[in-house]
Amino acid sequence: MTVSHPHTHLADAVAPQPVSFTLNGDAKTLNVRPFRRLLDVLRTDLALPGTKEGCGEGECGACSVLIDGEPVNACLVPVIQCDGATVVTIEGLASHAALHPVQEAFVAHGGAQCGICTPGMVVTAAWMADNKMNAAAIREKLSGNICRCTGYSAIVNSVAAALGESE
Amino acid sequence: MPDGNQLSKDHRVGKSIPRPDAKVKVTGALHYVDDLPFEGLYGATVRTKTARGRMTGLRFKDGVDVGVDWREFAVVTANDIPRTSKLDGIDPNQVMLIDRDQPFLVRDEFRHVGEPVCLLAHPDPEVLRRAVDLVEIKTESLPAVLDYRQPPTDAQVQRGEPGPDANLFKRIVVSKGAADEGDDAFSKVFEDAAHIVSGTYETQAQEQCYIEPNGIIARVEVSEADAQGALWPANPWKLIIEGSMQCPYYVHKAITHLFQLPDDGVQIIQAATGGGFGGKEDYPSIISGHAGLLALKTRQPVKLIYDRVEDMAFTTKRHPSRTHLRAALDADGKLLGIDMDVTLDGGAYLTLSPVVLSRGAIHAVGPYRVPHVRVHNRAVLSNTPPHGAFRGFGAPQTVFAFERHLDRCAREVGIDPVELRRRNLIIRGDALAISQRIDEPIELHKWMDEALTAGKYEERRAAHAAFNEAAETSGSPLRRGVGVATFMHGAGFTGSGEDYLASEVMIRAAVGADGLGGVEVCTANTEIGQGAITIFTQIAADALGLPLSAVQIAKPDTDQVPNSGPTVASRTSMVVGHLVARASDDLVRKLESQGTLSDGDLHPNPDDDRASALSDARGRKFEPTALRGALATAAAQDGGALEGWATYQRPPGGKWNDVTYKGIAYGTYAWATYLADVEVDLTTFETRITDFVASQEIGRVLNPLLAEGQIQGGVVQAMGWALLEDTVYKDGRITNPNMTNYVVPTFADVPDVQVLFQESPYAYGPWGAKGIGELPMDGPAPAILNAISAAVGVEIDALPASPERVMRAVLAAQSSEVSS
Repeated sequence: MTVSHPHTHLADAVAPQPVSFTLNGDAKTLNVRPFRRLLDVLRTDLALPGTKEGCGEGECGACSVLIDGEPVNACLVPVIQCDGATVVTIEGLASHAALHPVQEAFVAHGGAQCGICTPGMVVTAAWMADNKMNAAAIREKLSGNICRCTGYSAIVNSVAAALGESE
Repeated sequence: MPDGNQLSKDHRVGKSIPRPDAKVKVTGALHYVDDLPFEGLYGATVRTKTARGRMTGLRFKDGVDVGVDWREFAVVTANDIPRTSKLDGIDPNQVMLIDRDQPFLVRDEFRHVGEPVCLLAHPDPEVLRRAVDLVEIKTESLPAVLDYRQPPTDAQVQRGEPGPDANLFKRIVVSKGAADEGDDAFSKVFEDAAHIVSGTYETQAQEQCYIEPNGIIARVEVSEADAQGALWPANPWKLIIEGSMQCPYYVHKAITHLFQLPDDGVQIIQAATGGGFGGKEDYPSIISGHAGLLALKTRQPVKLIYDRVEDMAFTTKRHPSRTHLRAALDADGKLLGIDMDVTLDGGAYLTLSPVVLSRGAIHAVGPYRVPHVRVHNRAVLSNTPPHGAFRGFGAPQTVFAFERHLDRCAREVGIDPVELRRRNLIIRGDALAISQRIDEPIELHKWMDEALTAGKYEERRAAHAAFNEAAETSGSPLRRGVGVATFMHGAGFTGSGEDYLASEVMIRAAVGADGLGGVEVCTANTEIGQGAITIFTQIAADALGLPLSAVQIAKPDTDQVPNSGPTVASRTSMVVGHLVARASDDLVRKLESQGTLSDGDLHPNPDDDRASALSDARGRKFEPTALRGALATAAAQDGGALEGWATYQRPPGGKWNDVTYKGIAYGTYAWATYLADVEVDLTTFETRITDFVASQEIGRVLNPLLAEGQIQGGVVQAMGWALLEDTVYKDGRITNPNMTNYVVPTFADVPDVQVLFQESPYAYGPWGAKGIGELPMDGPAPAILNAISAAVGVEIDALPASPERVMRAVLAAQSSEVSS
């Protein structure tokens, strides 16, 4: 007997347990099977579908979220790993009605086309902006996020604008 | 269209208007199909595991130990589908496209790995996944075609009779000059030539790799009496499909046939779609059929989402190709004759192969003046999943071969590759290989020179020659090269295709969010990232003289919008955009003729305000407040909101002849010169693209930001095809159907792409615009391989130019030098 998704067994094998983390500024405690993917818990249990699944194996970055301030692929993270952590998703970037400066820049500079990679792209770019990184590092820091529409130039321009510099 | 091509400072067309759909995309608020609120069952597909055979039975293995209880599942097989349609007597289990050779579900014989056999539905997607592996398909094996380049044995013939047409999907011959007179006359062209240059070029399958995999949700509405019982309802029922797709009316056609429903029994809704590139042109019809069958069986909503592996392994890809090319040239490098033999691998079923072949054939000889031409094109069957639509649609394959071959010709003749192009490019009044005379004011030599200047071609050639010589002396492994490709791309359906489509657009008076009058633009053309929503908004706003905020774009939903044709073939802005402008004009005419607008509402200072190009031409320009008031009145009128309509009309001029393959293949073409600069490391044989210039004439730039982004995106997709993206098959099965082993370009792999536009307005596009969606896919691969070949001094004739391929070519050339 073979199972195509190796995480399936593990995800099901262990009984649900409480997992607590701060999500977009709010304290959350969930009773979940600890090896379920953070991506599924966000999208299904927490009804936050802004985080996308593009490949399910950590290559495309569409599921990028920040855990304790660092960008990670939510498809590779068992939810138990977030216990005690701070998690920020695309839904947590804009404060009230105001867009994050990175989001404003993506609108103005054509950083989004089909939009499916955009939430993950914006999360990683916001991490760059919030940590005041150099625009010269954009192509390296964003190289874990794949976009199939833009050819990247417009995203580079967007992020550079948000960082307050041209590339 | 009358001369409405002038833009004033007040026009929104021609400006970088931000996307109306940008904010929901950057905040993650836009719901794609897998994000939509959903309560129902999940669907999965059980597929064949070998390349060709006959199915003899299914076995559902016990799954108690992994939590699979078969009593909880709904199961659909081909046995659930009647063999003849009650509507037309045709087998409903056939995907309606060009031919009907592909089944929704295998009944008996199957022709590729991953062909759908059985559908499962269950409330828990995890349990469902485990169940898929528990279905055993019993089969008898049949001889499969695993290499499309080899003539099939009799036992491998699955279409036609053994012989030259065995396994042939389509043959097309483009012929001109002596080739029309026969083999002897055509041979004579080559006998008399100063140079004859031969080459063979190959390209691989390419995965569209949109970041959102395919997915569909199906719902059924059945009468109370049919709520239980037989699978097929006795009373009228309705099937509603919502999902990721490019062409709602293609899905509609396929689904009405499968379910034997009348047109209004099927409603197709496009959900926000995360990229298509051709990959969501036809395949969503199959997924919709599957989700629909499960929804019908269970009388519940069913969601069928592919994961990345399933999407990459079993849905369509770019056709692999092999091209033999022979060119006859005079002593000065003028092309006298082209003899070209193109074979495309269609995969297991016909799907779109004939039209992909056609576009490839028509673009094969490019924008060059060649007196004698024969291009023999074949699409053939092999036992892999069908190859299908992907940006460029056959043209990238033939343009690659031809543009690569021109560089080989230049070296043979002893002139610069650019000079060879310069001596052969068409001028106004010349005819293409298909005998279409180009009467529009083209200036290809000038446009090419502008691209070469921007790309510093001459400086680079000189610098690279010096650099490579020094590297040779010093033992440095680095080599540099610059390469060029000059090409064109026809927008819209080929030949009479747009006549058959007879696309319609409707614009309806509506009340906007601000309570004032405006319009709703109703088309079936989908936003898939290319900017359809933005472009239609700009066009309607300018055509009517309305603020952008007064224009809404209707969601593509076959219950709500007319059939404006598929979102393919670079046709949305040019063909459908023109209809949006014309339908806007029709709406204003109707407001006038019913008296809602009158002469008293005319704009007092028409030259000082933005207004309709079409109304400009009629000298009728209305005061905006009066116009919005009239639209508000017309939106609320008895009997429904006032509608303006436009139906496609063929531009005047010649026709296309599908038998002789001569005539007006496309109303217009976009023309381009692309330049690639590369550095190859002879230690690792890796190629780095150091610079890229994409220069094109596109009629009118409707939105500079969007146009530039679309060109850059296409160029980078083509860079992937040129250098990185390889599909590896073993026994008819792709061995790298995932993003770890199928490598698409990242930020770190590509340079900034410099984009230049020339504008020579086309009379039948909105404000002169031509289509640009596919153009940028055609030129980069030959430009890059020309640059690599120049850098390493060896012709690289197949894609992708991976380090392994470049290494083999360089080492082979070195060993032949040693032995000779």
